[in-house]
Amino acid sequence: MTATDLGMPGSSRRTPAPPAGRLIDSPPFPVAAKQYLADSQLRANLHHATSTIRAKRARVTAELPNWEQLRLAGEAVKDRVARHLDYYLEELEQNLTANGAHVHWAADAAEANQIVVDLVRAKGVDEVVKVKSMVTQEIELNEALEAAGIAAWETDLAELIVQLGHDRPSHILVPAIHRNRAEVREIFLREMKLYGRAAPDSLDDEPRHLAAAARQHLRDKFLRAKVGISGANFMVAETGTLVVVESEGNGRMCLTLPETLISVTGIEKVIPTAADLEVFLQLLPRSSTGERMNPYTSMWSGVRPGDGPQEVHVVLVDNGRSRVLADPIGRKALRCIRCSACMNICPVYERVGGHAYGSVYPGPIGAILTPQLRGTAAAIDRSLPFASTLCGACAEVCPVRIPIPDLLVHLRHRVVDERKRSHLGLEQALMKGGGWVMASGPRFGLLERAGGLVQRVTGREAVGPLPWPASLWTRARDLPLPPEQTFRQWWRANRDPLCHPERSEGSLRDDEATTVTSVTSASAEAAAE
Amino acid sequence: MGKAEIFAAIRAALADVREPDPAADVAVPWEYGQATAVEDVVGLFAERVEDYKATVLRAASADAVGDLVAQALAEHGAGSVAVPAGVPEAWYAAAERAGVAIRRDDPPLTNAELNETAAVLTAAAVGWAETGTIALDHRADQGRRALTLVPDLHVCVIEAAQIVTDVPEAMARLQASLNDRQPITWISGPSATSDIELSRVEGVHGPRTLIVIVVG
Repeated sequence: MTATDLGMPGSSRRTPAPPAGRLIDSPPFPVAAKQYLADSQLRANLHHATSTIRAKRARVTAELPNWEQLRLAGEAVKDRVARHLDYYLEELEQNLTANGAHVHWAADAAEANQIVVDLVRAKGVDEVVKVKSMVTQEIELNEALEAAGIAAWETDLAELIVQLGHDRPSHILVPAIHRNRAEVREIFLREMKLYGRAAPDSLDDEPRHLAAAARQHLRDKFLRAKVGISGANFMVAETGTLVVVESEGNGRMCLTLPETLISVTGIEKVIPTAADLEVFLQLLPRSSTGERMNPYTSMWSGVRPGDGPQEVHVVLVDNGRSRVLADPIGRKALRCIRCSACMNICPVYERVGGHAYGSVYPGPIGAILTPQLRGTAAAIDRSLPFASTLCGACAEVCPVRIPIPDLLVHLRHRVVDERKRSHLGLEQALMKGGGWVMASGPRFGLLERAGGLVQRVTGREAVGPLPWPASLWTRARDLPLPPEQTFRQWWRANRDPLCHPERSEGSLRDDEATTVTSVTSASAEAAAE
Repeated sequence: MGKAEIFAAIRAALADVREPDPAADVAVPWEYGQATAVEDVVGLFAERVEDYKATVLRAASADAVGDLVAQALAEHGAGSVAVPAGVPEAWYAAAERAGVAIRRDDPPLTNAELNETAAVLTAAAVGWAETGTIALDHRADQGRRALTLVPDLHVCVIEAAQIVTDVPEAMARLQASLNDRQPITWISGPSATSDIELSRVEGVHGPRTLIVIVVG
């Protein structure tokens, strides 16, 4: 039964409509963050979920004595692949083809979507079942299928909650992390009946019962589906094997029952050998769900006669990845195996949630990946590298050792450089002025003395909210005032051997004496200037 | 069209890479296929499988498997069981005598028939202790992938000699199956989800009950 059958006003859609508007038009991060911070229910849901998963992850990673060796191995394999991506993609294509799979190449989202729409149309069906996949979110495949009159049913429980909730994912592993059980119950009761088997009227908000409702709702769809669509966590070049890691069995349903399987994956998902899986299939489950192993991992190598889909397609998507690769620092982001440990530990993510990031990739990894994949033309993408306190917790937990804070700083630099090229903003003007002051000792000394004077006059150590444009800084932080006495003044009064010759001998240790000499000569130079 | 464009972009992006041999360019500091230090491999395997709320039964010898299978099916009220062609008859003879309908997958059962079948009985390819995982490589004694997916109860028989320490040792054993392009399924407990408030619920789309019988 579709929405049209029910005569819903102004809608001829097959699947629930997501929120209006495009992600790339989202407001800059600080604006969105302010809005989401005000939602106390959201903050409670996120705090509960992220603290639970953080504790689980910490427990199971501590269990392995060679965890750090695994991280180093994961990093090295991913770096090897990135630096020789053409080599491994060539090998992958050859082996996939030899295994009876059809390989397609898509330079961007539009090409990828067109390939999938054409493949589904060729099978003469108007619905597909989907395994949770980040790249199909990234290219907005569901909406492309919907526009072609094809219903794409999400089958992961959290994705189902998001789809039925007319919502967007806010986390890469648990897309409905922002919803609590009561909200899920409400969505299921309201929406399931519009798109298939209704939720039982007696449904309560017990997670076990909510999961059972999803099982019943989706079972018919699995059994009748002719086409399944998946992503892949890994693709093994050596054997032409795709790997999907999941929990619920919805993945196995989509990968096994339909006659045709279309797997859409980013080109960076290739790994050299099957043996490399022993590294990643230890790193990924422990980092993502905090389990020793996820319930199900599926590996398939093209077509297997008599077992599973007899028509297998693999769509390899660039969509900005080759651009990321061109920056030797930025390309480290392509190591990402989408575990979500970085967002689970991020204090910023925990407070604002995933929607504030205006991207299917939220949290720390999103802040470095999105502006590289999409570029920095949009306001949201320019703001993302600044959506961090640079605390570094994300880099500590990353299973492939992506130096996320370094990349954030690198991208901040890029954004500022681009802005400087177009016009000199207020911040740049201040920095330029600051540079002029700090380049000269007397000028800096003068400024310091002026600052001390303000404190002596006002008697305060910090200033609170200031009018615009200083409010850009002071509305979130106190602006500390310089102390009454500057370091130079203190030095001259207490330690300067020119003023206190008696202290330069005996009372200072040798290393201090060396410092004193160089500082003295520096101040002598400054005085001479 | 797409491929040439993408490869040109990749090669231009990698202008800084001078060493053509990937292995020489980036060394991977890892020794593959190593066993880990586990004293009682079978004991730890059983413990870790049970951590996922699966059931582990021990059969002293192959002769005891049939009775354990019949007992497991009876306890879960399973009136029918799907069996792949390569499963020994001795494993399900007792169940058959007890009245359980045996559904051989030959000719292949339809999806609808599988959906009406209560249980499935298979062997395994390899199991490992540290994570409590069994792997199927879907050869004749394990059957095609759909068999172990649609019925709600999976009874899986594994020999003690098939159980190794951890993922690396298991991957080494699975290499031959991958070389043969066999599909492979790793199973760690019954299907589960943590999608609602991160609280774990066992039993979603895949079998909601997993019983592992360890022989020897």
